[in-house]
Amino acid sequence: MAAANKGTTIFDATTPGAKGVMAPDPGVPEPQDNWRLPDAYRRSVPADLPEVAEPEVVRHYVRLSTRNHHIDKDTYPLGSCTMKYNPKINERTAAMAGFSRLHPETPDDHCQGALRLMWELGRDLAVITGMDEVRLQPSAGAQGEMVGLLIALAYHRSRGEDRRKVIIPDSSHGTNPASVTLAGFDPVAVKSNEKGLVDPSELAAVLDDNVACIMLTNPNTLGLFEQDILKITEMVHAKGGIVYNDGANTNALLGIARAGDMGFDVLHLNLHKTFSTPHGGGGPGAAAVGVTKELIPFLPGSGIEREENNGDMRFSRKSPGSQSIGSVHPFAGNFGVLVRAYTYIRLLGAEGLRQVAEDAVLNANYLMSRIKDVYDIPYGHRCMHEFVASAVRQKKQGVRAGQIAKRLLDFGVHPPTVYFPLIVPEALMIEPTETESMARVDAYAEALLQIAREIESDPDMVNTAPHNAPIRKVDEARAARDLDVG
Amino acid sequence: MEYTSHSDDTRHHMLKAIGVERFEDLLEAIPQEIRLTRPMDVPQGLAEADVESLLESLAAQNSVAPTVTSFLGGDVYDHHIPAAVDHVGGRSEFFTAYTPYQAEVAQGTLQATYEFQSMIRRLTAMDVAQASLYDGGSAIAEAALMALGQTKRNQVIIAGTLNPRHRGVLETYLTAQGVDIKTIVADNGTADLEELKTSVSDDTACVIMPSPNYFGVIDNWSDGATIAHEHGALFVAMFKPVSLGVLQPPGECDVDIAVGEGQCLGNTPSFGGPLLGLMASRRDYVRRLPGRLVGRSVDADGQPAFVMTLQTREQHIRREKATSNICTAQALLATRAAIYLSLLGKQGFTGLAETCQRRAHYCAEQISELKGFSVPFGPAFFNEFVVDSPLPARQLLERLQKRGILGGIELGERFPGFDNRILVCVTERHSRETIDRFVKELNAAAGETGQSGEPSEEYAHDRVS
Ligand SMILES: Cc1ncc(COP(=O)(O)O)c(C=O)c1O
Repeated sequence: MAAANKGTTIFDATTPGAKGVMAPDPGVPEPQDNWRLPDAYRRSVPADLPEVAEPEVVRHYVRLSTRNHHIDKDTYPLGSCTMKYNPKINERTAAMAGFSRLHPETPDDHCQGALRLMWELGRDLAVITGMDEVRLQPSAGAQGEMVGLLIALAYHRSRGEDRRKVIIPDSSHGTNPASVTLAGFDPVAVKSNEKGLVDPSELAAVLDDNVACIMLTNPNTLGLFEQDILKITEMVHAKGGIVYNDGANTNALLGIARAGDMGFDVLHLNLHKTFSTPHGGGGPGAAAVGVTKELIPFLPGSGIEREENNGDMRFSRKSPGSQSIGSVHPFAGNFGVLVRAYTYIRLLGAEGLRQVAEDAVLNANYLMSRIKDVYDIPYGHRCMHEFVASAVRQKKQGVRAGQIAKRLLDFGVHPPTVYFPLIVPEALMIEPTETESMARVDAYAEALLQIAREIESDPDMVNTAPHNAPIRKVDEARAARDLDVG
Repeated sequence: MEYTSHSDDTRHHMLKAIGVERFEDLLEAIPQEIRLTRPMDVPQGLAEADVESLLESLAAQNSVAPTVTSFLGGDVYDHHIPAAVDHVGGRSEFFTAYTPYQAEVAQGTLQATYEFQSMIRRLTAMDVAQASLYDGGSAIAEAALMALGQTKRNQVIIAGTLNPRHRGVLETYLTAQGVDIKTIVADNGTADLEELKTSVSDDTACVIMPSPNYFGVIDNWSDGATIAHEHGALFVAMFKPVSLGVLQPPGECDVDIAVGEGQCLGNTPSFGGPLLGLMASRRDYVRRLPGRLVGRSVDADGQPAFVMTLQTREQHIRREKATSNICTAQALLATRAAIYLSLLGKQGFTGLAETCQRRAHYCAEQISELKGFSVPFGPAFFNEFVVDSPLPARQLLERLQKRGILGGIELGERFPGFDNRILVCVTERHSRETIDRFVKELNAAAGETGQSGEPSEEYAHDRVS
């Protein structure tokens, strides 16, 4: 059986003539000639899709699935990605027919439950972040960034100003500078200081009247809280700039501190991270964008309005106003992800959310304390929800961070994010998340410590890892050279 | 409910191991004045059973099949999803992994994505397809950005037949870049090629044309492409995936970049998201593609292996010079689409498209015979068509709602002069009986007397039960 071979694709399993799941027959009379689909538009040959019966299709994809590491199996502390366990009830609620089969063009009177859910979610997120209004349209964090920047652009234009520059720390996530380009601004990097933080004096050097916005991640990508945040937001405001919060790391702050109280004007939240949608192998996600009062007119898409009518609440979609930046999604947003976020917030409540942040911070600090004598921790004595170790010592012994990651695969756990943030050489960026037990965190620490010992005694073994993963190390260069993308 | 596994004792032990007394000692970097000292004002947590009931009650306030019969389409479709798609696509292994940065433990996601790319390439007959974008709207925007980068020009021409919701997204993406967007009129349901001819110039980066277009009508990509190419502009085709079961694919029409909305391939409508942006192109543009791309390679033992490739296009390597800012995309929807297309297969997919178009044409024919109704743009459509009604569309639709039918999308709001027109979508979910009943109810709704003009408050709030 061809499909049983490693690496064999579904196309190799084709048996010409084999039928899959068939749609019902048309079952309607042939229309008259003038109501028939004209032949001229027809495809000459059918698309060459697989011809495989259901049992073998199921086996093929089940077999593929077994070759994945995933959070339901074991630890996945990929820094910056918040790979936490997501409650299964989220899946049940998102799959309820009243949500999953609901069409986005359904008139308001026929989708009151969905509109109410979105209205309440927006309100809760505004409370959680301390912003004045939250809109739920962007499809993921990166699109949320673009939205934030377009809001800054629209704001300045509404005041007759054409500011060109956006400041981003050199530790920022790659989507930040890419979004700056997309929004038509010029990125200006500000160097992190020896503590890994934005330094007010460095900032002063690049801050001028041409700065439209500064994009800050807080806690930043080193897992450190920007201590001078109040000073920074004040400085930028004094120059008329907008302060944007890349809120992808909000898992660390739930119930502890709010972006709105720090002086941020606009932020995005990665709902799929902090508010618990399984990451699906790389999406779907959803982002929320929150703003202060001044910026509400510029928000994208339609907001949801609540009216009281004889004690009954009625919810409706309002078209964007004339100052809105427009829409970034054909409809109201990634609703399926919003249902999960809403479910999660209702399950945990205020106290449960704070516990999330506390245990995320606790786990990260605990893991850091367990490995800090063996791996360098270039920045910070304490961390928030994640920390960045550096394998410079191990590199001197002949093993780079990327290979430490490969060796971790042999322990049945997922490696950290490697080589990011760019300001840390041989970076290992570790975010255990709150859902890992102490035993799991201990096991992860033991694996890292053992690998450090192996590097001293047998670096070759580490350099040829993985030895125990579903496959051996993949030749990435060849994939790019002999390009075969299907 | 909580999902953290620590007991208070464990927490205490861990704090001690770290070398602090209290949790707050870990927060030393956060200025006192911004620390929250009271619980947030969100409702208290509930038990799982209570949350389920709460969500059930919200879900029950939305009108969906089978309680209502819906003819809503417009690039989001409620096709039947084979049970095996949910079963296999819902496996934790696919569902709870992330972007396959570590290829050795992500072969499942990587190979499924590679197969998905291959299926989209085959469906469209283009050279290469990428791994997924957010939705059809952002896919059009990304295609326009590719064309702007490739040609170094500053104008984009779009057919007025584009889904206005996609057009909205395109406009948002392009405003910041100061791009000139020009629209070709679409009075008779198709893009006016004569106007296109006079509009395209050496400043044009690309021409964007959907087919079947928003009105369901099949447009002429080949002629559009010829006009674009005469001026060195790229031609971007927006396709409807299921239609490619029977219709000529973009790859046979000299198209440079093909984009589509792929939600219909094994994914639920979910009130309009998450969706699935599709993009395929000529091989020449592979290095300009946005987002992930999975390639085939080998592992250290020479065994076949899959891995993300040409990553130097992407934001995590290239930062401000990346081809796009996209990071998290729609991987799970793409995996489901691959499973869906495999399950239907060559015959099943063709059969599905055939059933959709046959039933839609039957429905259109029946409606065209009703007194006062017409189907103005003729039979060159796939499974959606415009209906011209004897009364204002809003009124017609509201009357249908009272009869348990969501009859279609009102067009007047976005297309001047279309006040009496609705867009009707028919799929394999609509049996002959359903269609016959719809036709009867349309007739009855139009014949209803009395309530002309704006419906009363009470009437508008009437729920379908
Ligand atoms: C700090 C940070 N910012 C932005 C993003 C981008 O978010 P998304 O992948 O949802 O586009 C991520 C995650 O990938 C992130 O970790």
